[in-house]
Amino acid sequence: MSSDHDTAFIDLRAITKRYSGVTALDSVDFTVQPGEAVCLAGENGSGKSTLIKIISGVEPATEGVVRIAGKEHPVLNPRISAAAGVMVIFQDFSLFPNLSVAENIAFATQLARHERFYKTRAARDIARAALERIGVEIDLDARVETLPVAQKQLVAICRALASKARLIIMDEPTTALTEKEVRRLKSIIRMLKDEGVAVIFVSHKLAEVLEVSERVVVLRNGRKVAEGPASEFDTQSLTFHMTGREVPEMPPSEVVAGSATLMEVEGLTKRGSFFDITFELKAGEVLGITGLLGSGRTSVAKALFGLVVPDAGRITVDGRTVPTGDPQASSRARIGYVPEDRLTEGLFLSQSILRNVAVGRLDAHTRRGFLDMGGLMQEATEWLQRLRVRAPDVTAPVQSLSGGNQQRVALARWLSRAPRVLILNGPSVGVDVGSKADIHDIIRDLASRGIGIIVISDDLPELLATCHRILVMRSGRIIDALEGRTVTQDDLAQRLAS
Amino acid sequence: MSVSLPRDFWTRNETLVAGVIVLFGIMATLSDPRFFTITTVSDLLRASIVIGILAVGAMLVLVSGGIDVSFTAIAVFAMYSSTVLFLAVWPEAPWPVIFAASVLFGALLGAFNGFFIAVLGLPTLIVTLGTLSIFRGFLLTFVGSQRISALPPSMRDFSRGVLARGTTEAGNFYSIPWAALALLFVIVLTWFILRKTMLGRSIYAIGGSVESARRIGINVKWTQFFVYVYVGALAGLAGIIYGSVGRMADPFSLVGLELSVIAAVVLGGARLIGGYGTLTGTLLGVALIVIVQNSLIVVGIPTTWQSVTIGVLILLGTGLPAYRAKRAAARSG
Repeated sequence: MSSDHDTAFIDLRAITKRYSGVTALDSVDFTVQPGEAVCLAGENGSGKSTLIKIISGVEPATEGVVRIAGKEHPVLNPRISAAAGVMVIFQDFSLFPNLSVAENIAFATQLARHERFYKTRAARDIARAALERIGVEIDLDARVETLPVAQKQLVAICRALASKARLIIMDEPTTALTEKEVRRLKSIIRMLKDEGVAVIFVSHKLAEVLEVSERVVVLRNGRKVAEGPASEFDTQSLTFHMTGREVPEMPPSEVVAGSATLMEVEGLTKRGSFFDITFELKAGEVLGITGLLGSGRTSVAKALFGLVVPDAGRITVDGRTVPTGDPQASSRARIGYVPEDRLTEGLFLSQSILRNVAVGRLDAHTRRGFLDMGGLMQEATEWLQRLRVRAPDVTAPVQSLSGGNQQRVALARWLSRAPRVLILNGPSVGVDVGSKADIHDIIRDLASRGIGIIVISDDLPELLATCHRILVMRSGRIIDALEGRTVTQDDLAQRLAS
Repeated sequence: MSVSLPRDFWTRNETLVAGVIVLFGIMATLSDPRFFTITTVSDLLRASIVIGILAVGAMLVLVSGGIDVSFTAIAVFAMYSSTVLFLAVWPEAPWPVIFAASVLFGALLGAFNGFFIAVLGLPTLIVTLGTLSIFRGFLLTFVGSQRISALPPSMRDFSRGVLARGTTEAGNFYSIPWAALALLFVIVLTWFILRKTMLGRSIYAIGGSVESARRIGINVKWTQFFVYVYVGALAGLAGIIYGSVGRMADPFSLVGLELSVIAAVVLGGARLIGGYGTLTGTLLGVALIVIVQNSLIVVGIPTTWQSVTIGVLILLGTGLPAYRAKRAAARSG
């Protein structure tokens, strides 16, 4: 064991971190060898962010020893940590949208050299060298804001490399990537490892990076609960260790035979986005719509709720035509839409949890133009309880909740309106494993009550766990309609990518 | 490096503003052939000097992600106070000394803004709205509220100094004052800071994302502090030039001009969210505003329509690119 500690690039021993009485980390040992990729898994609040903050010098440890490259650091700050080669790539990448690719990559390096003058050519050389190292071509002069997400991530990786990274910590690296982009990321990671650069993946969604990782470390409630070679873990065992309970994913029960058709969509078309979208949805059915990023799935989801104005096509609910391109009309027809990015699209983040739920029901609690505040709040409270939103205080702002609970608040708002059709766009994006299973439970439960549900997602296990039927989209068209019970994940992945 | 147009040449604000200026020039020349003469150009240039220097400062603040509305108050405070000071203690002082004093006054007042914004982290609009009133009130209450036309003689000498002067064949007089060199100096210095120093690049970086800037180790506080001190110094310079050229130290002047200046900067493509803004754009914006303020009459638009015209230009000039961006986002979404 001691030799492991001697060669380690990162060597943490018995790290404990307490925040005003709360123990976030409890005597955790953690090592990373040069060139090793480690998966750091854990739900929100498990202590994985705290561990990363200690390694990157953002927070000091309360107890324990931090060694980086063999050197003990009783005092650590972000500068010391970065100088030692520890680079964190945050989920938002921390890039400058208004600056060029070259400048984004070179900025930190030039700062670290204490340069006073900005040399364009030197910046371009630094950037070109970093891009060549991972074998990627990106226009050096392009503004970062114009790049797609996957390329932004590559720019962030290049920036870390240019700053002589010896350990790259990646926070949720695959959340926003398509399957193809994940494959490219994995090949880049392999190359970095060959060059002796270590990698820590911090994620809820780990299955995708397991195969390029040597080791998995699972944290739960501030303790290390599992550690071992990556080959010994799979999605299920990871989930078990992270949550401390088995989370069985039940396939959906059959749609009740002879259920009435609830929603019909006919020939929905928007030039340049999607074409001839036709399907029907039965009461109590969960219908999945999937496709790669750019396949048009999100535009279709928005068009179904009137947020995108289609050029042609018809939507009916219970046989009555719903005017397209009008969210209020869709809302009156009792179609609900929970957006993908609940943070920016759906919720009023700084407002209270209760108000966020209640806002969807203002009209139902209005009497002669005045608001019945008591009734409104009572109803909202009931829904929060039914959806098991874990909140210490319903008057706290929504932004104080975890991702999973925020998603439930968004759901509660729509459910309080008793929708007939509920469109869920990426219902568990950015949500931890335990909450994800809960959200899937809720979806199945709602369907069994006769609500028609449309799940838009590229999370294949999620689709298989919830959907009766799955429509596959490519280049704006539906190319396949599959039975959820019979299709396998590999089959689905192939149809998506082909 | 090949000399080719940037990819976004045709969609840039700079191109749009330059186009409007050229269009206006053509229309004005058609309706009055005397418009396109060296006399008009030198008149417009003279009118651009003070606004131009102020606009360069305002642009820097917008790029850093803030907004400053107090710079006109700083300009008039620095101008009036340094005039009063030198009249009292050293009326014979050469103009560079008086100018340096005004720049110093401006920098100090800018540091006052910088303290609240960079050190205490307060919102820039709130702070500068507050200091606008404080600087102006302090000036009128404690320094003086009388117009002074008996300026130190060296300031009058400065206003008489010309780089070029002459009379056209048609008998029209023209001149380009020394003050034009001050604008040129400010442009070159600011260009150098923004393009060639890490400090300047840091200003763009914190305008792009303060959080990212902090994470890669940019000294955000110092950078912001510098921005407000620099803007204050430029305001001090603009103020003393305004007083000298106008041959009057008027404590009621300049304040009220800040929105026109910010309008010029925004027309030139700087964005209120920070991170975007160029010197070329700013100067074109200034040129357009000055032309509208001085030459609208030539194409038959009554002077009373000035502010309406400026408003329409702002709505079109900044609204059009924003609308296009929104459409592009909707198409891809």
